[in-house]
Amino acid sequence: MAEPTGEPTTTDLGLRERLAPYRAVLASRVRSQRSYRTSFAMDLGSSLLIGLVELAEVAVLFTAVDAIGGLDLAAMLLVFGLADLAFSLADMCFGHCDDLPTHIRAGTLEVFYLRPQPLLAQLVTSDVQLRRLARAAVALVALGAGLVVNDVALTPTTVALLVVALVSGVAITAALFVTAAGLQFFLVNGAEMTNAFVYGGRYASTQPASVWGRPLLVVFGLVFPVAFAGYLPVVTLLDVPGPAGVPVWAGWLAPVAAVWAWLVAMLAWRTGVRHYTGAGG
Amino acid sequence: MRAGARTYLLLVAAGFRQQSRYRLAALAGLVANATFGFLKVAVLFATVRAAGGEIDGYDLGTMSAYVWLSQGMLGSVNLFGRTEIAERIRSGDVVVDFLRPLDVQAASVATEVGRNLFALLPRGVPSVLIGALAVGMSLPTSVPGYLLGAVSLLLGITISCTTVYLVAATGFWLVETRGVQIFYMVVSGFLAGLFVPIGLFPTPLLVLASATPFPSMLMYPVDLLSGRVDGLAALGLVAAQVGWLVATVALGHVMTRRGRRRLEVQGG
Repeated sequence: MAEPTGEPTTTDLGLRERLAPYRAVLASRVRSQRSYRTSFAMDLGSSLLIGLVELAEVAVLFTAVDAIGGLDLAAMLLVFGLADLAFSLADMCFGHCDDLPTHIRAGTLEVFYLRPQPLLAQLVTSDVQLRRLARAAVALVALGAGLVVNDVALTPTTVALLVVALVSGVAITAALFVTAAGLQFFLVNGAEMTNAFVYGGRYASTQPASVWGRPLLVVFGLVFPVAFAGYLPVVTLLDVPGPAGVPVWAGWLAPVAAVWAWLVAMLAWRTGVRHYTGAGG
Repeated sequence: MRAGARTYLLLVAAGFRQQSRYRLAALAGLVANATFGFLKVAVLFATVRAAGGEIDGYDLGTMSAYVWLSQGMLGSVNLFGRTEIAERIRSGDVVVDFLRPLDVQAASVATEVGRNLFALLPRGVPSVLIGALAVGMSLPTSVPGYLLGAVSLLLGITISCTTVYLVAATGFWLVETRGVQIFYMVVSGFLAGLFVPIGLFPTPLLVLASATPFPSMLMYPVDLLSGRVDGLAALGLVAAQVGWLVATVALGHVMTRRGRRRLEVQGG
C-alpha cells in the first residue's frame, strides 16, 4: 500500500482509527453478499427487473400520448434517469434505515446504544445492499440514452448541472430515509406511513412536476423536495418552461433543497432518538 | 376427520379480527395509499388531457374511479408476495400444521382472506371516499353492476391469496423463497395494472398481462366497480377470474401434496 512515509499526524490517525470499525462492518457485508453467489445473482436479477419495470411504468404512458406536462419521452428519460439513479444509490447506502421498526420491536436496537459510536452512523453502515447497483445501472443507461436523444452538448455548464443534480438528488433521498427512520421511533407499527414520502417521493421524483396541483407541489416540491432530484434540473438543462411561477434556472437550487432536507432529517432523527426509551430488551 | 366449511369461515373471521387490532397500521396504510393516489391522479389526468379528454375508453371520471378503487384495494390484495405460511414452510413449523385436522392450503388462504377483507374497512372505503369527495369519479349505474362488482372484488382478493400461496409453496423445494417473492412483487403490481391501467398498454404487453392471474386481482374488479365494463363483457371478466381461481387452487393443492412428501425440516 502506498502509505506516506513518516509519522502520521495525530488527527490523521484519529480519523482513521475512528473509521476502522465502520470499514470492518461494511467489508464484512460486502464479503457476505459475494460468498452466496447464486443468491446474489438472483438478487441482482430482480433488482434489474425492478429498474426495468419502473422505467416501463413511465414509458408506457407515452405509447398513447406524445407529451405529458410539457415533457416528451426523451425528456422523461432524463428525469427518470437522474431521479432513479439518485434513489437507487441512496437506497443502497441508507435503505436499510427502514429496518429500524424491526430492531425496535425485537429489542435489538439496544445493542447499537451500547457501542461508543453515533447511532445513526452505526445504522447506516450496518449494511450496504450491493444488489441495488443493478437498478442504478438501468437508471444510468436511461440517463445516458436521454442525453443522446436530447442532443445535450456536454459543456462544463451542463456537466456541472448534472453532477450537482445527482449529488443533491442522492442527498435528498438519503435525507428522506433518515427522516423516516426518525419518525419510526414514534410510529413503530405504523411504519407504512413514512412510505408516503419515501416511496411516494420516489414515484413523485420520476414525474413531471408540472402536472401537480398546489398541494402536491408544496409536499414534493418544498417539504420533501424530490422535484429537485430529477424534474427541475432537467427543465434547466433543456431550457423548457417549468410549472407556472418557477424560473427555468430553479434546477441550480438543488443543493439548497438538499440542505433543507437534511435539516428536517436531523430534527426528526434527534427527536426520535430522545423519545426512545427501550423495552428492557 | 377433516374440518368442514364452518371451520374455514371461522378462520376467515379470526383473520379479520386479528387485523382489526392494528389501528395505527391501518391509518398509516391509508395515508400512504392516499398520497400515491393523488400522484397517480396528477400524472394520469395529465395523460387523459394530453390525449384530448379521452384515452382508450378512459375519461377523467373513469380514470379517477380507476385510481381510487385500485388504491382502496391495495390493502386487500396481496401484491407483496409475503405470507405467514411461507415463513412456516421455511422454518419447518409447517409440520405442525400438517398434523392438524385442517387442509394446510385452505386454512392459510382462509386466514389471509379474512385479514384482507378487514383492510377494506380502514383503507378501502376511506380511499374511495377521498377520491369521490376530493376528485370525483364515475360509478356503476345499475344494481346488478354493483353486485357483480362485489363478487369480482371478493374473487380478486381470494385469487391474490391463492396465488401468493403458490409463491410460499415453492418453499417446499427451495426453502428460501425470497427470490421468488421479490419476482412476484415486481411483476404483480405492474401486470395487475396498479400504476397504469392495462387498457393503456401496447398490445403485446396487454396480451402478456392477460395471460397471467394478476389482472384478475385488481384490474378486473376495478373495471367492474367503476362501471367501465358492464353487461356481457363484465360476465366474461368474472368468468376469467373464476378460471384463475380454480387453476391456482388446483395447482396449490398438487404442490402441497407433493411438497409434503419432499418436506425436509432443517436443523433440530
